[in-house]
Amino acid sequence: MLSLLAYAACAASPAYAQKFITVASTTSTEQSGLFKHLLPIFEKRSGIQVRVVALGTGQALDLARRGDADVVFVHARSAEERFVAEGHGVKRVPVMYNDFVLIGPEHDPAKIGGTRDIAEALRKIKAASAPFVSRGDRSGTHLAEIALWKAAGIDIAKEKGRWYRDTGQGMGPALNTASSLAAYILADRGTWLSFNNRGALAVLVERDKRLFNQYGVILVNPQKHPHVKRYAAQSFIDWIVSPEGQKAIAAYAIGGEQLFYPNADQPDA
Amino acid sequence: MLPLVLDRVSFAVQGRTIIDSVSCEIRAGERTVILGPNGAGKSVLMRLCHGLLAPTSGRVEWRGSGKNRRQAMVFQRPVMLRRSALENITYGLKLAGASRQERELRAHDVLEAVGLAHVAHHPARVLSGGEQQKLALARAWALGPEVLFLDEPTANLDPRATRDLESIVGHICASGTKIIMTTHSLGQARRLGDEILFVSGGRLVERAAVDLFFIKPASAEAAAFIRGELPWS
Amino acid sequence: MSELGAALAQAWALVNRLDSGLLGIVALSLEVSLTAVFIAAAVGLPLGALIAVGRFRGRDALIVVLNALMGLPPVVVGLVVYLLLSRAGPLGTLGILFTPAAMVVAQAVLVTPIIAALSRQTLEDAWREYEKQLRSLGASRFTAALTLLWDTRFALVTVVLAGFGRAAAEVGAVMIVGGNIDGVTRVMTTAIALETSKGDLPLALGLGIVLVSLVIAVNAAAQVIKTSAQRRYG
Repeated sequence: MLSLLAYAACAASPAYAQKFITVASTTSTEQSGLFKHLLPIFEKRSGIQVRVVALGTGQALDLARRGDADVVFVHARSAEERFVAEGHGVKRVPVMYNDFVLIGPEHDPAKIGGTRDIAEALRKIKAASAPFVSRGDRSGTHLAEIALWKAAGIDIAKEKGRWYRDTGQGMGPALNTASSLAAYILADRGTWLSFNNRGALAVLVERDKRLFNQYGVILVNPQKHPHVKRYAAQSFIDWIVSPEGQKAIAAYAIGGEQLFYPNADQPDA
Repeated sequence: MLPLVLDRVSFAVQGRTIIDSVSCEIRAGERTVILGPNGAGKSVLMRLCHGLLAPTSGRVEWRGSGKNRRQAMVFQRPVMLRRSALENITYGLKLAGASRQERELRAHDVLEAVGLAHVAHHPARVLSGGEQQKLALARAWALGPEVLFLDEPTANLDPRATRDLESIVGHICASGTKIIMTTHSLGQARRLGDEILFVSGGRLVERAAVDLFFIKPASAEAAAFIRGELPWS
Repeated sequence: MSELGAALAQAWALVNRLDSGLLGIVALSLEVSLTAVFIAAAVGLPLGALIAVGRFRGRDALIVVLNALMGLPPVVVGLVVYLLLSRAGPLGTLGILFTPAAMVVAQAVLVTPIIAALSRQTLEDAWREYEKQLRSLGASRFTAALTLLWDTRFALVTVVLAGFGRAAAEVGAVMIVGGNIDGVTRVMTTAIALETSKGDLPLALGLGIVLVSLVIAVNAAAQVIKTSAQRRYG
């Protein structure tokens, strides 16, 4: 054990240290490829390396509560506000939003194609008992799905039937499951655009305002966690809401389609 | 270190008595052979003398005042380390505290004396059974012990190797080391021994000079053993 | 089957164009696992030797515990090490969470019991053979332990390789304490997990094939060294 600690101490020595900050974010954000596009721009400008640890929303916030991250960058407004209220974060700043899309089989048994109303679409799916795949993993996407069922007047936990498949999987595997079952599924546009195994699936419902997914960025409170790299972290936050950062976000596209819509200029987003 | 005194030494394992109250005094000079049938407890008795086992009752005492406090033992099956023949010998010498130069010199000397100088740098484990046993003997001899224990050293060897080994034992004895050896071979006991300790069923049954023992054994068990009969217990 | 074919094609394509991302991941995987195994061997081999030749109260219980620890789930080790290295934890000030150092620590913890338990068995078997001779020559238990370690070195190579195999194959521990950070703590197993969760199965399988090939290469190298040394020492 002594040799282990000696190794650890050596590794932590200054020679190892390059200027970097740790950002806790979500798996769907990382898997969309946004960071691979965005971070090199910031790193070149500032010389600060941004290390993203991608987890589920709840895990990311818990990580920051323990002080293991300098910045939190997730998409769960009420959880974020609670985080700040607890004193773990300095301030929540809106950054951008992306959206969810309702995906389903091309032959569309519930006949929801073309609907602009997500609540109406969900009601039709339940009425038709059409197969529906849920992530079931308490992720941001899963929580958004439950909220949408609620908006449709359905308490899905009580009212689900055999047509509702609670898989407990990440977005990619859940899409794979939906593809093989020819089922409906709620997904974030980013993962859908990078998804290669579409089978007979297609986007059926989109652009309902309730499908918008707002991102916020928070500096972890240096008063509670003195080791937080506040200046480097703040410069990242400042950049990401600056015109340059916002433009970089908007510029990210998959197959020509924009994924994220910057809205740092809407303070109550 | 000699004389070695055994005072009512017993050894039992899980209730079974293997050595039953053996008392004797072993002096310097003559070659002592412990003779007896298989299972008599000869090996255990040797290990008790050498200190590898502790008696469950009684005492093993070295009552001598001499400067040499060294003993060595050679077992029925030689145990060689995964290194060269030479290095097996220097290993023992290093444990004894000899300097590097002394170790090298001494090891080469004994290898020469036992006729293994030509395989000094061969891996010890690829040597034949007879060669390995000679090497074991050389390793023990190199330490210059006052007492050398040999536990059925030729039991696994062919007649030629046996003869070679017995000759080396003779040299070692001539150089001043006390020999204490076990065997179940009547011929070997006759060839090598000066005195016989006859052990049977864990007890020291008889002790006599070699000639007297074979011509006129005092005990019935010894007589039966010499005639080649199996013990009846 | 077609997915397997696609995977093989992917693996070949990755290796062929010497994808720099892939090279970085492979290098880090080797660095982390080899360093961890080195530390685990430095701790585990002497430990196994001392238990093998030692005689003390509680020895049997210790052996049972050591053998059981071989089955430590990597994700549990990851969790425990994370809680230790977290800023909120006792060793937080070391600041090595989410760095390769943390991954080495976690894997070393995982592999040490394996090396200790397996070497203990090997050395105990050897001790049974060597004990009387070594004690007759006057070796202390400590010296005997060192002698046995060197003498059984060929069998111990296999023990260390078993440890390496475990380290190179695990994902649970390094995922939690490393964070799978792109370019910093992403290793082969966490990259495979990532591609799987993205749904890109051919790429994940392709990476898997590269990983298995790597482990085979390490084992082959060890075998060559072992055979040539065995020829010399018998």
